Amino acid sequence: MAMTVRVDIVSAEGAIHSGPATMVYATAEMGEVGIAPRHTAFISRLKPGDVRVENEQGEQEHFYVSGGMLEVQPNVVTVLADTAIRARDLDEAAALEAKRRAEDALAGQTAKFEYAKAQVELAEAVAQLRAIEKLRKMKGR
Amino acid sequence: MAGAKEIRTKIASIKSTQKITKAMQMVAASKMRKAQERMSASRPYAEKMLQVISHLAKATPEYRHSFMATERELKRVGYIVVSSDRGLCGGLNSNLLRRLVIDVKERQAAGIEPVFCAIGSKALGFFKRFGGQLLGQATHLGDKPHIEDLIGTVKVMLDAYEAKEIDAIFIVGNEFVNTMTQRPLIRQLVPIAGEARDPMPYHWDYIYEPDARTVLDALLTRYLESLVYQAVVENSACEQAARMVAMKSASDNAGNLIGELQLVYNKARQAAITQEISEIVSGAAAV
Repeated sequence: MAMTVRVDIVSAEGAIHSGPATMVYATAEMGEVGIAPRHTAFISRLKPGDVRVENEQGEQEHFYVSGGMLEVQPNVVTVLADTAIRARDLDEAAALEAKRRAEDALAGQTAKFEYAKAQVELAEAVAQLRAIEKLRKMKGR
Repeated sequence: MAGAKEIRTKIASIKSTQKITKAMQMVAASKMRKAQERMSASRPYAEKMLQVISHLAKATPEYRHSFMATERELKRVGYIVVSSDRGLCGGLNSNLLRRLVIDVKERQAAGIEPVFCAIGSKALGFFKRFGGQLLGQATHLGDKPHIEDLIGTVKVMLDAYEAKEIDAIFIVGNEFVNTMTQRPLIRQLVPIAGEARDPMPYHWDYIYEPDARTVLDALLTRYLESLVYQAVVENSACEQAARMVAMKSASDNAGNLIGELQLVYNKARQAAITQEISEIVSGAAAV
């Protein structure tokens, strides 16, 4: 029997996947990484992209994550997935938005155009497209 | 006879109210179950994060993030107030806000200035009336709150903390004890309290990419956000439970009212019939 490692993919809104795997691939901050069982302890930020989990039958399962953290210990791999697209300026925009909403609420005004929201949605769409394109390329091979 | 028709319309209107409250009770019951599931689903994420964070804190003791226990003199504190968006849930929000007011008064007496962040329209409405400095707000999260709706609100507070504008952040929300009991609770969010300081059994460390500091910063922000998210989800479970109980007692009260009115109606009807008969009889006797 092949050596396996337990893989948990969890997000703040719930568990996404849990099970054994013979190999895990993920897009880490400094490039794509492949994690085999008994990999040494490792921690990295994830870029938006897909996480592939290969099970004992050699089948691959794909999970799209919009970022997050990858934590590796010799017999367990944990992906702490973000459910939202994160970037410094986007977070900043969200913060400003929350502030503005508070001010609006107190002043009794309504916002006209939600620029920040549109920007966040656009960024998410782009990251998703990228992941889909990658998936397609892999299927084509 | 005059009263009977009036009473009949009254009974009909109470009956339709009872139907509405009964429906709301059942809707709240099913929503509560879902909210509870969401509550337990978000736990593994926060637990895992706490594990990694406490490991990182132990492995790299030379780097102390400002979110972790640092002793600052409290001058201004921030409250993130988590309330529901809708009413008709008994005393849930008013109990919570009362608890908050007591706490704020105590702090003001000690010379500490409060600032607020409102999550949920009930809290927002409260601050509109009550005054107080509002840094951020998030409302209309719905039954399925999403973490991205909270990021901005949390960041406003964390930024204020990092800029030393506030010295601690508390989160005010309801704790789900069981279906019948919800308890307003004020928890400290930042600085992160209760950090385990036990020495590591043997030394091991992660390979960091890109480095420990970046990883720790990213983790801490996400951890705090997930705590706020948990509070929001827990509060929504509380809201549904409170609504369910409130609607159940409303339906029961409507049932009692209908019973009483029915009795009055029957009496009035009987009186009318008796009167009519006596009129006919006396009329016949006169002929």
